[in-house]
Amino acid sequence: MHASYVIRRLLQIIPTFLAVMLVVFLLVRLLPGDPASAILGDRATAEIVERTNRELGLDKPLPVQFGVFVRNFLQGDLGDSISLKIPVIRLIGERLPTTLFLTVYAAVLGVLMAVPLAVLAAVRRNTWVDALIRAVFQVGLSLPVFYVALQLLSLLGARLGWFPIGGYGEGFGGHLYHLFLPALTLGLNLAAILVRTLRNSIIEVLTAEYVDFARAKGLRSRVIMTRHVLRNALIATVTLLGLNIGALIGGAVITETVFAIPGVGRLMVDAIFGRDYPVIQGLTLTFAIIVSLVFLITDLIHARLDPRAELT
Amino acid sequence: MTTMHSPALEAPARPRRRWPKPTLLIGLALLLVLIFAALFPRVLAPFSPTDFDYEALLKGPSAKHPFGTDNFGRDVLSRVIYGTRVDMQIAIFTTLFPFIFGTLLGALTGYLGRWSDAIVGRIADLVVVFPFLVLVIAIVAVLGPGLTNMYIAVSAVGWVSYWRLTRGEVMNQKKAEYAQAGKVLGYSPSRILLRHLLPNAVTPAIVYLMTDMSLGILLGASLGYLGLGAQPPTPEWGVMVADGKNFMATAWWISTFPGLALTLAGVTFSLIGDGLADALRPRA
Repeated sequence: MHASYVIRRLLQIIPTFLAVMLVVFLLVRLLPGDPASAILGDRATAEIVERTNRELGLDKPLPVQFGVFVRNFLQGDLGDSISLKIPVIRLIGERLPTTLFLTVYAAVLGVLMAVPLAVLAAVRRNTWVDALIRAVFQVGLSLPVFYVALQLLSLLGARLGWFPIGGYGEGFGGHLYHLFLPALTLGLNLAAILVRTLRNSIIEVLTAEYVDFARAKGLRSRVIMTRHVLRNALIATVTLLGLNIGALIGGAVITETVFAIPGVGRLMVDAIFGRDYPVIQGLTLTFAIIVSLVFLITDLIHARLDPRAELT
Repeated sequence: MTTMHSPALEAPARPRRRWPKPTLLIGLALLLVLIFAALFPRVLAPFSPTDFDYEALLKGPSAKHPFGTDNFGRDVLSRVIYGTRVDMQIAIFTTLFPFIFGTLLGALTGYLGRWSDAIVGRIADLVVVFPFLVLVIAIVAVLGPGLTNMYIAVSAVGWVSYWRLTRGEVMNQKKAEYAQAGKVLGYSPSRILLRHLLPNAVTPAIVYLMTDMSLGILLGASLGYLGLGAQPPTPEWGVMVADGKNFMATAWWISTFPGLALTLAGVTFSLIGDGLADALRPRA
């Protein structure tokens, strides 16, 4: 991997962040009426609304407001939550690790399900095994996340009592145990997204000329599988995981709500019902930053695994 | 055929008639059922979707109520059938505007290239950095819950895929001979674009439209479940799953049947999408 590629890719993130901030900034300005009235509610007097507008800097022109917004962001200030009266950045800092744990856990479960099944489907392509795997995941793709979550919760949680029905648990083992059903829900959804594309990319490798050549020169099929097929499957998995980080975060929002997990996803839904605009703004920004960082990391890993990627 | 012949003199081989795969036929059959239920719910549903019946609260599936009743005594089967109309509407309106807007924009910037393409490309890159669901619920949070605002939010975000697909295809097609021929014949750029290029370049977008409809239903139902989409007592499948979530232990049927309907609708559109992709794939 060339240093120039890494530097170029790192520099690209700056305009992205600025544009993301602009979108989030303008989003809250879409509110009907002025934000202060929206924050304070209908019963606030004109005087209080005016004072709040001044305190929040909302009486200044938009470009100035945006400048202040960016400066505050760089200083780690995302404003205060209206309902909880604490800094948004602290709130996010407290809740984000839970969500990260859940999404990484889900990604691991998803990959553990998807890769072996995709390899199996590709090796046995156009047989009933392949058809079955694809059919199951096709249905899986159409299953709403909240529905799977609810069914798993009710069956394995409430009825059979194998898993807790909510919460985050204590310590690493506790987290693993408490988050198993939510992570399984998200992992199944991810696996459904991954299997099909992975299967096709593995078939592409299996039928490639260099694999024929490797066979012809007498390499054992185990060597071919690990050195060529799995290596390429890994590249495809990394890329797909990166591309689907947004879906994973969206899924986390829903899963955390169903399982009552104190992460940022549930915080987002609570903030929406509490009309807590600073929190919505801060979270939207955080999610967009996470996604662009994941895109960056994916590109770098991709470039490391597949040198051709630097050219695009 | 064993005789030698010059391929150049041979009449273009008629494409071998390929029967659509059974998956496409199954998808279309299911779609007909869904359309019928959406248009004529009254014919199929044994009860009203919103009438309370305090004599029959939380009754399990029976001959009278095949899907049981909910905590207001409403017939779950009837609500699922009436819900078809709402969820089909969601499938159409979450995809129609992104499809039209994204496809036209893709054709335009793919054809013009240069700065117009670069600008829209930057905007598209920006939109995909936001997790789809997060951006949609943030917009809905600002505009207020409800189906109309959900359609606005989805339209603001969903055009990107259509733009990408059509743009790429138009860029390929404009190098084709027939497009060059149109230029030589002196046709106006808009005529070449709309009459010649777009009809040839729209296939990937149409195939994606089907997949997107199943995603649209899932999204609409998810927002309904969260309380940000269709509002009760509208019989929307996501809302119905949410209605039954507190009765999972005692009355599983309230949530389970609308969830199955959602899955069935999703499978329907993805079967049609796959079948169309297969049928419309250019044959070598």
